[in-house]
Amino acid sequence: MDSLSIAEILVPYQGRQRDALLPVLWDMQTAFGHIGPDAVRQISHTLHVPEADIYGVMSFYSLFSSEPTAKTVIRICTDPVCGLAGADEAIHNFCRRLNIHHDEITPDGKYAVSHTTCLGLCDHAPAALISQRGQSETAIAPLTPETDFSELLTLSPYQSIVRGDILLKGVDGGNVESLADYGNYRALHHAITILGPDGVIGEVEKSGLIGRGGAAFPTATKWKMTRQATGQPKYVVCNADESEPGTFKDRVLMEARPHLILEGVALCAFAIGATKAYLFVRGEYPESAWRLQRAIDEATHAGLLGANILGSEFSLDIEIRRGGGAYICGEETALFEAIEGNRGFPRIKPPYPTTHGLFQKPTVVNNVETLSTIPGIVEHGGDWFRQWGTEKSTGPKLVSVSGHVQRPGVYEINPGITLRQLLEGFCGGVIGDLQMVLMGGAAGTFLTPDQLDVRLTFEDLRAIRSTFGSGAIMVFNETADIRDILRRLGRFFKHESCGKCFPCQLGTQRQMEILERADTPLVGDRERLRDIGLTMTESSLCGLGQTAASAVLSALEKWPDLFAVKGQPV
Amino acid sequence: MSDTVTLTIDGQEITVPAGTTLLEAAAQLGIEVPVICYHDATTSNGLCRVCVVDVNNGRLLQAACVTTCANGSTVETRNDRVERSRRTILEMLNSAVDLQHAPAIQTLMNDYDADPARFPNAERREHALLDDNPFYVRDYSQCVLCWRCVQVCADDAQYTFALTFGGRGFDTHIATAFDIPMPESPCVFCGQCVGVCPTGALKPKIQWGMEQGMTPEQIRQSTRRRKHRVEYED
Repeated sequence: MDSLSIAEILVPYQGRQRDALLPVLWDMQTAFGHIGPDAVRQISHTLHVPEADIYGVMSFYSLFSSEPTAKTVIRICTDPVCGLAGADEAIHNFCRRLNIHHDEITPDGKYAVSHTTCLGLCDHAPAALISQRGQSETAIAPLTPETDFSELLTLSPYQSIVRGDILLKGVDGGNVESLADYGNYRALHHAITILGPDGVIGEVEKSGLIGRGGAAFPTATKWKMTRQATGQPKYVVCNADESEPGTFKDRVLMEARPHLILEGVALCAFAIGATKAYLFVRGEYPESAWRLQRAIDEATHAGLLGANILGSEFSLDIEIRRGGGAYICGEETALFEAIEGNRGFPRIKPPYPTTHGLFQKPTVVNNVETLSTIPGIVEHGGDWFRQWGTEKSTGPKLVSVSGHVQRPGVYEINPGITLRQLLEGFCGGVIGDLQMVLMGGAAGTFLTPDQLDVRLTFEDLRAIRSTFGSGAIMVFNETADIRDILRRLGRFFKHESCGKCFPCQLGTQRQMEILERADTPLVGDRERLRDIGLTMTESSLCGLGQTAASAVLSALEKWPDLFAVKGQPV
Repeated sequence: MSDTVTLTIDGQEITVPAGTTLLEAAAQLGIEVPVICYHDATTSNGLCRVCVVDVNNGRLLQAACVTTCANGSTVETRNDRVERSRRTILEMLNSAVDLQHAPAIQTLMNDYDADPARFPNAERREHALLDDNPFYVRDYSQCVLCWRCVQVCADDAQYTFALTFGGRGFDTHIATAFDIPMPESPCVFCGQCVGVCPTGALKPKIQWGMEQGMTPEQIRQSTRRRKHRVEYED
């Protein structure tokens, strides 16, 4: 019975190769709740991938299971903001009511309760991801300990508070913008008929746009290098693997304005000479993937994507790939590995994606927000973009604010406003007395109340050795326990380290252990954290390890007695 | 583009063909940069980071095994930053893995003043000994995850693809598909994985038997049983 179904699932994959592995694994996981030896054997025959490799790939991603699971798996986020909002209590209560332990399955096989890393619903904390066998995942929020199982999937859909006039234009709550609302890709029309590829890159260059994913690299430079690279074909990859705890701006963009993103992808492909693009959407964002797919279908039907777009020579196929549950795949080369059907191990750079990216071909990989700025820049010109921000931080910028503020949400800010203006103006003020702000996400740094007047620009934040990062701003009042926050960050990085390089593989584990005992530290723990932190920062292979200690190191600097042992000098 | 590059390593100038790694260039000057995962016969992946060196006093240290020499650069193969990274990596490794049969790593621990007891109450990677075939035993409690066995089993040498990684992060371990015993996997018992293992994680069964104090007859029993022959000659 199962065997027949496995074969049926594999029918559309006949003739495909290894790069179809993640989609196949998703189909199997959804259908059977796990991927067993039988499925792996048949996948191996169909895609010509060794069984051991398939096992290795599925065991890398959190959302795939080699063991049978419950019919409904409830995963509750335990990262800092959900933690503050009672995630642990929610897990505890669910387990108690079901009479099971964490990660156990009820005797009738119906339910299991587990935890997960950030679901990008920090403005509705605590959040949960529900996996039901035979159906796609559903993300729900906010959860309360009283939430009943029968109500789980009928919770009214979350509606993020959003405010903005450019990227977030017309976004109000849960509505998705249709093609008719969005308009017929005017910027793309302008690019194809008037600007040409070099003209598009010229406007992007003039705009001064720098990437919104966290690394802050000039977008036009990336595009130019890829356009000039000799390899063929070329690819555009939209990095929609938003997983940085506290970050949910890309989710809001994907759910509300899918066509803005698609047009940005199309403009990039046109500019660099690509005919194939991938949107790599994290597995925990089922709604985003679904809405983007519907938008692709709509645009293709209207002749705005697909073959001979707007009657021109330019053709573009956009394919959505769902991640399997791994923060590391937000690292661009790990993301390529995932699309190619491998474990998400980041690659050594150089070579860089602009010459050796996806399938070792020249590739532009840009963040969702970055690509969303492109249609405006192309339609109105690079100078239009510069009316916002500063000389070095041009254009509007999205930030995700969560934690102890009156109105957590996604805000489009004019870079140059201060953190105080953001929190007191846009967010309606801090609830209680501000204790600290975690700026830039889990890989960010702590700011204290005396730093609220920092201007929110890439350069001003860098000057105080902080970072915009992904634009995540987590706010904590006097009730938050810094040790508890650090503990959750420690667990997060331990869970998400890929294990490739020694400093991060070992360091995230050792760091977590020390943070777990932070209430009763051992003599020398402060120095241990410092050595681990600096070793990971300076010697890790990729950006994950290089930033896995940044919040901890900033906390050690700000609160030197945090790991002090009674009777011992600090 | 010039075919050679000139750089300074630990104060000595050297000119090497473009594409030469920092590890190779340092070796030409008689400077030994320590390594754990690196092996001449396998693809370098820059995993252990014990070979990190300081290039132009950059924000990040660079793995010498995979970083190529850049013209005009200044490289320090051993300074305070480099030593802190090497020492901390060794201390963390020692706190996780049984290194008693890894003399080269023990020597490095001494060289870098690494404290074997630096991380108290640390979780160790402990695995039961796997004795499932007549040729070699696997004790992954001694595995440092250098990847060499997986690489020689795959496209670095044998194209057998019996091995992979299970889990991720600290919990990563070398595995077969669904952890099936070696004889049920595609393994052809070529022995290359045993040959490249830098610790005692993979050992010929005869050697292991001798270490256990087994008599020659006992070793013969455990490696040459007729039962095995029938199974594996199939």
